[in-house]
Amino acid sequence: MVTNMSIDMIMGIDKSIQLEPRVKKDEDFVNKVLKDETLTFAEKILTIKRVDEEKEIAYKDDIIVASPDLTMATDGTGPLAIKVFRELGDGDLFDPKRVLLVTDHTFPASNERVALLQKMLRNFAFEKGAYYTEGNICHQYLLDVFDVPGMLLLGADSHTVTAGAVGAFATGIGSTEMASIWKSGSTWLRIPPSFKVTLDGDIPKGVYSKDLILYIIGEATIDGATYMSVEFTGSAVKQLSIEARATMSNMSVEMGAKAGIFPPDEVTMKFLEEVGRKPMYWITPGKEATYDKEMFVDVTKMEPMVAVPHSPGNVKPVTEVEDVEIDQAFLGSCTNARPEDLFIAAEIVRKALKQGKKAHPKVRFVVTPASRRVYDKALKEGIIDLFLKFGAVVTNPTCGACVGTHLGILASEEVAVSTSNRNFIGRMGARDSYVYLASPATVAASAIEGRITDPRKYL
Amino acid sequence: MKIKGRVWKFGDNIDTDVIIPYKYKARTNDPYELAQHAMEGIDPEFSKKVKPGDVIVAGKNFGCGSSREQAPVAIKYAGISAVIAESFARIFYRNAFNIGLPPLIIPGISEKVEEGDEVEIDLREGTVKILRTGEILRFKPVKGFMEELLHEGGIVNYYKKHGRFPWEPERR
Repeated sequence: MVTNMSIDMIMGIDKSIQLEPRVKKDEDFVNKVLKDETLTFAEKILTIKRVDEEKEIAYKDDIIVASPDLTMATDGTGPLAIKVFRELGDGDLFDPKRVLLVTDHTFPASNERVALLQKMLRNFAFEKGAYYTEGNICHQYLLDVFDVPGMLLLGADSHTVTAGAVGAFATGIGSTEMASIWKSGSTWLRIPPSFKVTLDGDIPKGVYSKDLILYIIGEATIDGATYMSVEFTGSAVKQLSIEARATMSNMSVEMGAKAGIFPPDEVTMKFLEEVGRKPMYWITPGKEATYDKEMFVDVTKMEPMVAVPHSPGNVKPVTEVEDVEIDQAFLGSCTNARPEDLFIAAEIVRKALKQGKKAHPKVRFVVTPASRRVYDKALKEGIIDLFLKFGAVVTNPTCGACVGTHLGILASEEVAVSTSNRNFIGRMGARDSYVYLASPATVAASAIEGRITDPRKYL
Repeated sequence: MKIKGRVWKFGDNIDTDVIIPYKYKARTNDPYELAQHAMEGIDPEFSKKVKPGDVIVAGKNFGCGSSREQAPVAIKYAGISAVIAESFARIFYRNAFNIGLPPLIIPGISEKVEEGDEVEIDLREGTVKILRTGEILRFKPVKGFMEELLHEGGIVNYYKKHGRFPWEPERR
């Protein structure tokens, strides 16, 4: 049965949906936790969300049982979760309005077999009355519609951490576990140790949040934050919009993090006003909280950064890789295809067009906005037209090129510069293709010159 | 529970994209089809060479990257009975328990074991015996929910047997 709500979601009428907390605890206890100066962000939020104890604080390394405010699965993980859900005896979802299913990894389907798994996901959503959308990248859709400070989001996708940008605790799980939550409404979580990253100073021109997070991953290494809750703070953070923060939360998992949190502030407040949503809880870490790890970054000396093959941790300044010729420039993915990213790239494209330049003839420039809302905004601002005049191909929102399923697969020995999050062997195509990760500005500048290019010359 | 098998060795930071490329999991839920592509990003012939019961020994941060449970599933259905690594990425570690593929942490294992070695694992005792050298290495046996999951062979088996999940109170 196709319900009206389902049709709304498919048609992309992506109004904000305000979720109420699933776990409601004694107000005095919650206020006491929120004001406790010794607790980390993770300890505070998971204390509030735990269901195994009513009024016990959850400290680092404790194992608790928690109930999520929202769960999410995609066409990449949902079909397997559905198979397991049936094996567990099927039945009702714990709360259909806390279940979001998204077809985004290969949308629209690239072949019959993919189509069949997506049909399974779609039918399950309708059968169970869950929220469903397709043609929006899940993490952007969550930001467009659901994400609020103080929510617990468990998603069957590693980049679920993206929602940390608004001060939510959001982390990735697998399909079998997702099925068990659909059934029981709960799962176990270990309270992670915390890792504080302090970014201070004025962010220089040509340097973006992507450059900052690449630098941090390079310094911390790709398992430097394993199991940890990363908290981003410092004067530079105040200069970052929610969109820019989402890029950093998103890639926290590339150093193994369980969560990548920007404690809410005035920027978060402004975002909530714009999207018309209210916080669930306004959680900030205690001033005397204990951190297992700390990193200080002086952003004033930062340059545009690039992660070279085959690890997001192989990070170098763009100036060291400028001789690398490229076959494809990709502006897309849950990491960097929000309005701000498209506008940054568009400014460079606009300048190139004024100089009579277009995308380099040997480069495919693929632009994939992250959601229908992003696409719509870019269209209304004339950005899409600009990309087309420049010689780009603009696709519908999908994870396609980033995960190597369609709309931008690399051939043997091809090289791409990409705004996405992973450059593992074979990630975007052939086992012997090469992916360089960079900011939208670096990708746009590289598209002009046909080789990896420092964007600062076009600013 | 005891496991005996030959060792296949891998290095550090083995990511889920090389364990099972996305394009295969996009089109099937069939664990045996996924298994045909296990570790394809590193060794396309891997699934043909593995014998049931074999063991993977790897360096640090095994299974980093995506949340795809199809990664431990592909390994398990290729015939691998356990993965021993210096350390694991978080989601892979959880997924491995949930689907009944024992992930064991032994820092320094890579230096002690060679490809093709036979090892004997005792999950309750927390030991790995290298038959070539006779050396016995220890790992910390897991406790609580994770121990229960490991010994029942994952979430689905546990639920079928007990009618509840290990983190839920009895007789709800």
